[in-house]
Amino acid sequence: MKTLAVFSGKGGTGKTTLVACFAHLAGRAVAVDCDVDAANLGLLLPGDDVHREPFLAGRKATINSTSCRACGACAEACRFDAIAWTGKDWVVDPMACEGCGVCSLVCPKPAVIRYHDNLAGHWMRRRSGSVSLVHAALGVAQDNSGKLVAKVRQEASLWADREGIDLVLVDGPPGIGCPVHAAMGQLDRILVVTEPTPSGLHDLERMLRLAQHFGVSASVSINKWDLAPKLTRIIEEACRTWGVPLAGRIPFDPHVPRLLAAGRLPLEPPVDQDTTAAIEQCWQRFSEGDSAIPNMPAEEPWTEQPL
Amino acid sequence: MILSFASGKGGTGKTLLATNLAWMLSKRGPATYVDADVEEPNGHLFLKHKTARLERVAVALPKLQGSCTGCGVCQKVCAFHAILALKDRVMVFPELCHSCGACVIACPERALVETPHEIGSISRAHLGDLQLLSGRLDVGQARATPLVEAVVEAATREHEGELVIVDSPPGTSCSAMAAVRRADLVVLVTEPTPFGLNDLKLAVEMCRALKRDVVAVVNRSDLGDQEVALYLEREGIPTLGQLPFHRSIATAYAQGQLAVGRSAKLRTVLDAIIAYCDDRTFEGRTP
Repeated sequence: MKTLAVFSGKGGTGKTTLVACFAHLAGRAVAVDCDVDAANLGLLLPGDDVHREPFLAGRKATINSTSCRACGACAEACRFDAIAWTGKDWVVDPMACEGCGVCSLVCPKPAVIRYHDNLAGHWMRRRSGSVSLVHAALGVAQDNSGKLVAKVRQEASLWADREGIDLVLVDGPPGIGCPVHAAMGQLDRILVVTEPTPSGLHDLERMLRLAQHFGVSASVSINKWDLAPKLTRIIEEACRTWGVPLAGRIPFDPHVPRLLAAGRLPLEPPVDQDTTAAIEQCWQRFSEGDSAIPNMPAEEPWTEQPL
Repeated sequence: MILSFASGKGGTGKTLLATNLAWMLSKRGPATYVDADVEEPNGHLFLKHKTARLERVAVALPKLQGSCTGCGVCQKVCAFHAILALKDRVMVFPELCHSCGACVIACPERALVETPHEIGSISRAHLGDLQLLSGRLDVGQARATPLVEAVVEAATREHEGELVIVDSPPGTSCSAMAAVRRADLVVLVTEPTPFGLNDLKLAVEMCRALKRDVVAVVNRSDLGDQEVALYLEREGIPTLGQLPFHRSIATAYAQGQLAVGRSAKLRTVLDAIIAYCDDRTFEGRTP
């Protein structure tokens, strides 16, 4: 089984659109949406969920006010400011509580503090034509996104195994922190999607540094490249210096957002043939062409460079 | 007053609005721009300044300092599986540790102490009258949220009573929450597409769970449908501006420049945000 993933560092560069197109072009694949707190891949891979499961992660504390002596030791020890005095009782703010258990360690009376399982969200499986989708919805104001990402990654691989599907396509979350790390494990290669803006270049560089850190092989695609051809050339030159192959450059096409708004993929008219061909070529090079672990120069200290 | 720019979806224009607004505000009084998108901070690319004071930010990690009997209590109390008790020592996994202190409290030998573990930096600079604070996570570090909290906390402490503009990370999970938790007003930046709508709804739910007031700005308002506008109306969320796709804004952005001097439309949106904030302050709803 091959697992390929699309990341970008910067949000809104076109990760989800490309993953949906790639899944369509591959024919048979399990697509997995790892942007669990703002999941959009399901909008482009329509269908009914055939399976939906609650995702329990972590726990939350509650204080039994009848047996509590109100000494306040728990509130003092809590690092997350999750315990507050109402004027009459100490109460736990479930949104701030991380379930660490420090409060019950310092509480002089056992059984005052109890824990209950935390429903962190749901994960789902769906069939959309020949493509299977594993996606998730993190609960409102939940802090377990990394764990849920690991869960959907695991379920996607299991599903592919069970169905004899040899391709898993990962739609990565933005950024370079915890959810990205959770999405980055056990990958064959990644495509880093960028756009020709200073933010796009800056975020691409940090994303490639992370790929180097984890020893993951990467190639790059520049989306909407014709909006700034000069900056596109600078990005291409930078990629050459870093030893990262280019999988493609995709032009800006005003028909793309309109088709996406209608829930359709930009692989058909009125999208320009050149745009469609560029996406197809990008998929071919990403899945079969070169990729390399980035070789980034040492990061300059932040103080010494103009910010 | 703390004003946070947020959005569920990435790439909707948070940084564009936050940097330009901060720059405009600094022309009429003390204002601070806070880059809380610590995983991918971009504000400095538009608010260019030459020098900055740098502060390293660390979280606390347990470390063995004393004799370990291998009792395993630390491992047992750790809710995050971040510490492994071996025969006579412990192994700590920094990316899993939440710095809660449970292992240190529970160790019967008092053999664990907390030591700082650096995760990133806060830079302080100024551009004319505009104060800038930016958080930047070290590449390879997983825990962005403590750094988001640190940079927002520092800005609100050092610039209390002034206008503080927070540029938040995308999404609706812990790091995004940390950037809006203290906000007096959250400006949600969205776009009129099914993606924009889906993520806007999630961001609104997050803000309501945190009991924050929200207003919205619709970016690229001419490249989509009416659903976002209808949703905002139904939910009673004030829309402070519609910003159509405009080449002068896109070009300025692509060149790493502020767009406020080049686009009257952008200026109108920013003026509306300022007027809304002024009204709130006048009515005493905001400090």
